Amino acid sequence: MANWSEQTVQAAGHELALIRGGSGKPLLIFHDELGFPGWMEWNERLAERRTLLIPLQPGYGKTTRVEWTRSYRDLAGFYAQVTRELHPEPIDVIGFSAGGYIAAEMAAACPHIFSRMALVAPMGIKPGEGEIMDFFAVTMRQHLHATVADPAATPEYAKLYGGQMTPERFEAFEDARAETARLGWEPFMHNPSLPYLLRGLKTPTLLIHGTRDAVVPRGCIDAYRAAIAGAQVFEIESAGHRPEIEKPEEFLRAINRFLAE
Amino acid sequence: MQVGYFTERPYRWVPEEEVFRNHGYFAVSNRFFDREKAADDYNYFLDENCYAEELGFDAVALNEHHGNPFCMGSVMNVEASILAYRTRRVRIVLIGNPLPVIKHPLRMAEELAEIDLISRGRLVTGWVRGAGSEQFFNNANPAYNRELFNEAHDFIVQAWTRPGPWRYEGKHFHYRHVNPWALPYQKPYPPMWIPGVLSPETVKWCAEHRYPYIGLGTLLGPTCDLWDYYADEAAKQGYQAGPENFGYLIPTVIAETEEKASAIADNFVFGGGQNAFSAPQFTVPPGYNSKGAIRMLAKQNTSAWLGVSGEKLMRHMEDAEEESVDYDDVRRKLRAGLDKVKSNYQVIAGTPKSVTEKVKTILRVLRPGIFIMFSVQGPVSNEERRTSMRLFAQEVMPALKEYAKEIDLPDPFSRTPGSVKLAAGTSRIPVSDRGPLAELGLR
Repeated sequence: MANWSEQTVQAAGHELALIRGGSGKPLLIFHDELGFPGWMEWNERLAERRTLLIPLQPGYGKTTRVEWTRSYRDLAGFYAQVTRELHPEPIDVIGFSAGGYIAAEMAAACPHIFSRMALVAPMGIKPGEGEIMDFFAVTMRQHLHATVADPAATPEYAKLYGGQMTPERFEAFEDARAETARLGWEPFMHNPSLPYLLRGLKTPTLLIHGTRDAVVPRGCIDAYRAAIAGAQVFEIESAGHRPEIEKPEEFLRAINRFLAE
Repeated sequence: MQVGYFTERPYRWVPEEEVFRNHGYFAVSNRFFDREKAADDYNYFLDENCYAEELGFDAVALNEHHGNPFCMGSVMNVEASILAYRTRRVRIVLIGNPLPVIKHPLRMAEELAEIDLISRGRLVTGWVRGAGSEQFFNNANPAYNRELFNEAHDFIVQAWTRPGPWRYEGKHFHYRHVNPWALPYQKPYPPMWIPGVLSPETVKWCAEHRYPYIGLGTLLGPTCDLWDYYADEAAKQGYQAGPENFGYLIPTVIAETEEKASAIADNFVFGGGQNAFSAPQFTVPPGYNSKGAIRMLAKQNTSAWLGVSGEKLMRHMEDAEEESVDYDDVRRKLRAGLDKVKSNYQVIAGTPKSVTEKVKTILRVLRPGIFIMFSVQGPVSNEERRTSMRLFAQEVMPALKEYAKEIDLPDPFSRTPGSVKLAAGTSRIPVSDRGPLAELGLR
């Protein structure tokens, strides 16, 4: 396994928990609304040539809440300060789902902060067609099931969620849900001004979409593509909302090709 | 002691199997709403509350829920306004307005002031956080529920007491011109009673504000524990809590015979009863419960009232796959569960004689200054409902009032809550009597 560890860094006036692993050029990663699930196969593979920096979102258990953040835009502002302090040069980024929303808000406010930006099933813009699934209004099991197209055919899904649900695990989920609600309850997981603020962004952008994503509809991808001129779209056939664990080969091929460009 | 009457104003025509199929009352489709029947019932329930006044109840209590056939009071202040005009003596107790989900405390201050004026000072206004489902229905961010509650409450008190106009820039609410022309009839503002289902945060908040806390059909043992917590917090504030600080509301049915009362009481579990208020995913919205409450609930497996049990929490995590359900079997299990609830004193059903004895036991244990009869749920006829009310008022209430005098249960009007000073370093006296619990095999 790659050499990775959880560290605490002082940044933007806050103690931030951060996963750091691998070696090579730094790559910033924003986890999704469920929190960092653990070091998976795709992390391992990417870490062979990149140093992964994965901040653990404030309020999700490891990093304490940043009290003044009340929206994804606020959180993006916080993360932009963190990023400028830790890595003043433009940095490559991958954002997953709500993490994609965070990255897009950062790029909108600081157009030169990222050298390349990959958004995987990103929330953040209201889709022209379809709706972002209201994952607050379903049971946790329904929510988790909706994140992958075929749970039975996704070994890492079973690895993540196959065990007994303990009170401790429940508490971790509740932390994540509560913080996500604080930031994204209304308007639900999108910011109406984001597409306008993204206009003219020159950062090379890749949008990854699983064709069977039940959480983020294709309409979100189309909206991002309309907002960011030149954004590429990469579709992963038969993947759901988590192509990185559902179809890791295709996912890594697309990411590696994009980051190497 | 104040004796109140309360009904959820249930929509009595909802098909029970729809509630089962939906795993709860909340979110049953309104295609099952019948306008004619509802028009009859809105009028009937107003009449029923007027009848409560006629029968001699001291108070009628209203509540509010949204999108839910369990309770037709979606806009409680509308009903309270009508009762303010139609009744002459009875106190109108709101338990309570869900401040965080209404999201407009200035408007709330105005509405309640009008109700208090129309009733010439008979309003008792309580506040709630709103059940989990209300956060969804009203799109109120549950992660800020407690903050919204506190800020709205503090704002309303200011709006009623600080001469305007003034400007308000808070965290969640912002008003550029606060100057409500109508102020409450009662000075400085109406009494506030706070209902709850044993949230320690709410109990502490009540003790700090010297507001009576009303336990909503909570188990007697844990209710004693919470009373103690209230009293300890009260002691920190320098006062001795007493009956004037506590109220208790309990499902109650009375009929001419035990058998008949028992058969009517079965309707408390119609559709699953209070535990089927909403499906688990709507009961625990994100961030709605404090971290302490989540931790506690995740470890406990208790029954609950519009709140959530540990068992429900686990179902939220691991909800069973949909399977074919034998609804008659579900009904049988619910009836069996009701027997346990009755033996726990969470539902009181019987003849006037047996009900009097049971309620006296409750009064002895909890020593509340406020007792509220919660009328039956489900498809029970108007006649049976009114008989139950009448038998309570005529045959039970006088005995309860007598007993309350005997064991000294002052209410919040005869003794101001928080008015009994407790010198620093002095131990408080007990606020409940657990003695009968052991005799009854309850804790």
